[in-house]
Amino acid sequence: MSDAALARISRETGRAMITLRGDLASRPLASAVKRAVGQPVPGPRAILGDDDRAVAWMSPDELLILCPRGEAAGVSAGLSKALQGSFHLVADVSDARAVFRIRGRGWREVLAKLTPADLSPAAFGEGELRRTRLAQVAAAFWTGGRDEATLVCFASVADYVQALLENAARPESAVGVL
Amino acid sequence: MLILTCPCCGIEADETELEPGGEAHLKRQGPGAADADFEAYLFQRSNPMGVHLERWRHAHGCGKWFLAARNTVTLEVYGTYPAQTKKPPQDIVRAIKKRVPGWEWQG
Amino acid sequence: MSARLSKGGRLLDRSRAVEFTFNDLRFRGFAGDTLASALLASGQTLLGRSFKYHRPRGVIASGAEEPNALVGLGRGARFEPNQRATTTELFDGLEAESQNHWPSLEFDIGVVNNKLARFLPAGFYYKTFMAPRAAWKHLFEPVIRRSAGLGRAPSSRDADSYEHFHLHVEVLIAGGGIAGLQAALVAGRTGARVLLVEQTAHWGGRAPVDGAVIDGQPADDWISNAVQALEKMENVTLRTRCMLSGVYDHGFALAYERVADHAPGDARPRHRLWKIRARRIITATGALERPLAFAGNDVPGVMLASALRDYLVNWAVSPGDRTVVVTNNDSAYLSAIALKEAGLEVPVILDARAEATGPLAERARELGIRVLAGRGIAAVRGGKRVRAVETCLQAGEGAVLETIACEAVAMSGGWSPVVHLWSHCGGKLDWDEAQAHFRPDPARPPLDHNGEGFVIAVGNADGAMTTGAALESAVAGARAALKAVGKAAGRVAVAKAAAEPAQPMQPVWLMPEGASDARRMKMWLDFQNDVKVSDVQLAAREGYESVEHTKRYTTIGMATDQGKLSNINGLAVLARELNNDIPKVGTTTFRPPYTPISMGSIAGEARGELFQPVRKTPMHGWHEAHGATWEPVGQWRRPYAYPRTGESVSDAVSREVRNAREAVGLLDASTLGKILVKGPDAGRFVDMLYTNMMSTLPVGRCRYGLMCDENGFLMDDGVVARLDEDSWLCHTTTGGAERIHGWMEDWLQCEWWDWKVYTANLTEQFAQVAVVGPKARKLLETLTDMDLSAEALPFMHWADGEIAGVRARVFRISFSGELSYEIAVPGGQGLAFWEALVKAGDAFGAMPYGTEALHVLRAEKGFIMIGDETDGTVIPQDLGLGWAISKKKDDFLGKRAQQRADMVRPDRWRLVGLETLDGGVLPDGAYAVGEGRNDHGQRRTIGRVTSSYRSPTLGRGIALGLVERGPERMGEVLEFPMIDGRRRAMQACIVDPVFYDKDGEKQNV
Repeated sequence: MSDAALARISRETGRAMITLRGDLASRPLASAVKRAVGQPVPGPRAILGDDDRAVAWMSPDELLILCPRGEAAGVSAGLSKALQGSFHLVADVSDARAVFRIRGRGWREVLAKLTPADLSPAAFGEGELRRTRLAQVAAAFWTGGRDEATLVCFASVADYVQALLENAARPESAVGVL
Repeated sequence: MLILTCPCCGIEADETELEPGGEAHLKRQGPGAADADFEAYLFQRSNPMGVHLERWRHAHGCGKWFLAARNTVTLEVYGTYPAQTKKPPQDIVRAIKKRVPGWEWQG
Repeated sequence: MSARLSKGGRLLDRSRAVEFTFNDLRFRGFAGDTLASALLASGQTLLGRSFKYHRPRGVIASGAEEPNALVGLGRGARFEPNQRATTTELFDGLEAESQNHWPSLEFDIGVVNNKLARFLPAGFYYKTFMAPRAAWKHLFEPVIRRSAGLGRAPSSRDADSYEHFHLHVEVLIAGGGIAGLQAALVAGRTGARVLLVEQTAHWGGRAPVDGAVIDGQPADDWISNAVQALEKMENVTLRTRCMLSGVYDHGFALAYERVADHAPGDARPRHRLWKIRARRIITATGALERPLAFAGNDVPGVMLASALRDYLVNWAVSPGDRTVVVTNNDSAYLSAIALKEAGLEVPVILDARAEATGPLAERARELGIRVLAGRGIAAVRGGKRVRAVETCLQAGEGAVLETIACEAVAMSGGWSPVVHLWSHCGGKLDWDEAQAHFRPDPARPPLDHNGEGFVIAVGNADGAMTTGAALESAVAGARAALKAVGKAAGRVAVAKAAAEPAQPMQPVWLMPEGASDARRMKMWLDFQNDVKVSDVQLAAREGYESVEHTKRYTTIGMATDQGKLSNINGLAVLARELNNDIPKVGTTTFRPPYTPISMGSIAGEARGELFQPVRKTPMHGWHEAHGATWEPVGQWRRPYAYPRTGESVSDAVSREVRNAREAVGLLDASTLGKILVKGPDAGRFVDMLYTNMMSTLPVGRCRYGLMCDENGFLMDDGVVARLDEDSWLCHTTTGGAERIHGWMEDWLQCEWWDWKVYTANLTEQFAQVAVVGPKARKLLETLTDMDLSAEALPFMHWADGEIAGVRARVFRISFSGELSYEIAVPGGQGLAFWEALVKAGDAFGAMPYGTEALHVLRAEKGFIMIGDETDGTVIPQDLGLGWAISKKKDDFLGKRAQQRADMVRPDRWRLVGLETLDGGVLPDGAYAVGEGRNDHGQRRTIGRVTSSYRSPTLGRGIALGLVERGPERMGEVLEFPMIDGRRRAMQACIVDPVFYDKDGEKQNV
């Protein structure tokens, strides 16, 4: 990729992901999440936390816990233990996912070539996780600030998604709108 | 290219993020059901020109099923509502009747 | 002859000469030229041959509506046919060729069709090429295709790239003329998100050419101020070379941006397709001038009056020294005046109206132009170009009054608003009697999801035909759009235009009114598809009353220009013939795209490696490096076999099968679906999903299960493992994982929402390897301390442990009939785990095997495969799987359906094995025939082959099939006719479907 690309695409492997399904309004779940990543239960479509530890709202009964790879087993076990006896599901899905960082001012345009989601700054900003379609596959993404976004997709289509993103970021293909 | 607002996550979803699921509020017929009732459950759909209550899944999104009240001719959407209901809620019925006076749910 | 004038040309940059070729001849133009303007400027008036009659054709229009001037552009991997010369921007090195002629443009053999025109009327093909059927394929079609048609299809792979871009805006404005600019100014100032697109490379539309004066300034100045103001607004996006091609439901719109057509080979995407969601769409798309129907109106040199004016003003092109102007309205006078002011001659203005009065007529007369009222053209003289016109009385039958020598004819039949975008999504039209055109009916707009009109037409596109009215209409339209998106326009200074007084136009659909049949055969309505007045009249006489039928019968409006110039004239002629009003006859349907868009732009990025996602397992790279041939399964690629150097694929399959039976084979089974079902009601739930009892499965055990849909048909199968008290792990087929997960969620969310069950699709979390064969246990024991003995881990049990240093779950299950372990490890360690097995397996003769060996292994054991033995009409009972259907359960999905009369019919087709008498392999899908005939007199079919392989283990062909009352007919020989007709029917004996190791001794060791 030349430096003039709309954004630099890199694949990240250090992040673990744990699916947590349960009653998001329940106290035990809230305290389990707090213990796991130090954050409260996010509201609809919100993501709370930082590059190391975060929790994202995925659906009305599902959260995604993000933590460093090395902590995944411990966090999973901690969540399971804390929620023992209550109706819930904890599953480590780290290996089922691929994570991409899209760095550069043009990240909005790169994604806007591939997803029907509204990527204008007015509609999509920091703190929101958007689950949508990326070309022909499912994906979720969020932004940590002005110049970068993180995207998650299924591991089996990681090569496809990487090629999609790199193609959309070709320096000559700037649209100049977002 | 429809837009339907998913009541589960609040996204105004593009049709390409959704999967259609056919007519809503069908009553499942299991063992013991009469042949005619079972046939109706499996095969008979109202397929109206006009107001239609239907199932959609926010497949490329929060993954949840929801229901939509929609006009199959004008494509007007009267509202979307959670799937966990056996009949259209009052506010949806009101919204439909406002635009289509005389409409009654045939459930 | 047309030529370049020494002065003028508002779009030309005379300091930059541009070289190009047309039919391999070298031409020169200037930057700012279109291909059409440059060719006209060089005296090239003949640009192509017509579709059907091969008549010589030249440029008739100056923009997107051009029907004639279609050329092939570029060469090789950048060749594209049927490109409009009028919308092709000139660039250095452009290569163009004319179309539909042989051997040359100047001399075309096909013009003989022109002489035969009287024998080629509407519906000629339908009427003539009826029978015999074979003649179509071998005689008629090839001849017709050669003689009728446009450009040739490109044969190389497209060298360019394309992309999509999604944008959400509040107000989308189509058309960058003065109305579009005015609307954008009003909307932009409120901070609303605005996108303004213009199909040409220039802002301002026709206003500067027509001499509009706005706010006391020439239109050009007003336009450049407006553009500058808009460029400063961050909330406004401006785009030229970007055509709004279609308006779709709920505010969706497609815009086609020709990013690099004018600069081929630079690295930019050639086209970009914008997928826009807009709350409101303003169409400021202007109007198109209509031709007049007089004999010879297609001769090169006859042009729309407005187009002629465009060439003159924008590109300094003289159409020839002498131009006759013929019109039924005032606007053509502008062309006459402009010609005269440029020093060219206008011998006469033939005004079809009874009187030629008003300021424009006065001005023309002042300039010394002869203006004749009540006159028209009887015929144009000339073949490859205009030589003269014969004038006549418009009200008469065409007696020639005068013959006037000229090189060009400028015609105007009035103006039609461009209502395409308004109409695409259901907007309705009103007939405007005074202007004789259809205009948008604001009371019947296309509706959005809230039931509100979401398209607003402004300017000429709304029938507001003067500059002042257009600007007012644009402001009103912008206000309406803003109100809808919750923005207040506030006080707006409406730009004021100088008055443009005009006399009423007079509809003229035939010139002259009483033209003879012979003349009507030379009056073109649809230039591109060669449809004449006489064709539409014939259709009417033959009973075509609906405009949609007439369109298809005559092909009027069906060419690549979609009848932009011909629609109104055509339906007016039809209405006249049917003695009906034009609005009663109605229009044909306007459909996207407005002008043709490239296939590449529709595909976007989806070509080459991005054509479709390929799902890969963690071991994909290893398979690739080890010579796997692939089988697509859904979007997955699974190794089909691993042929070695010099080995055929089928030999490789045989080797892999034998090796699994005799030593040990390794299969990448990662693609199998793995769905976790957990919760207090999970047992109850899996009992509903599967036909057999799953809730009673003890922890640590596995059970093969079947899933049916509510029709009772078998839709998926797989092994279920009980993980703990409230968790079941459900394996699905490779293609079924997402579908079955969705199916589960559907029932949980929409039917049994009070059941406490969660599911998670963990398919990709785990890589899974099947270690299969008599040496499987020995191999694994070298890598683990786990006790994998028959006693510690019996068949249909599972255990957790560590193998090759990797956390693993071992399922002792078998789809091959061999001693077999399926081992799940975290996906990220899948490759390392696989490599460890391959390495350790070396000592035991381990080999990987692919899906074809898997199929053979299972078929030898009579195991069914979803999609082979099932096709959506097969119930488990048909497959001898009654043992897996619980009799104890009150209910499960599909149970009620399996009680229907048709499902318990005794003569259903049921699973059997088939052994050919000669040991050969039955074709997959072959049908068995029995006694008697069906209702259609065909031989009755009594069964079919569902799987068929050559078994390396048994050394013969084996097959599974569904046969009427099959299991009751063991030993019977069936006949399978061959469809190639060369071979005799094959015969096969009905046998037990389990061909190998009937007692299961090999897997239970």
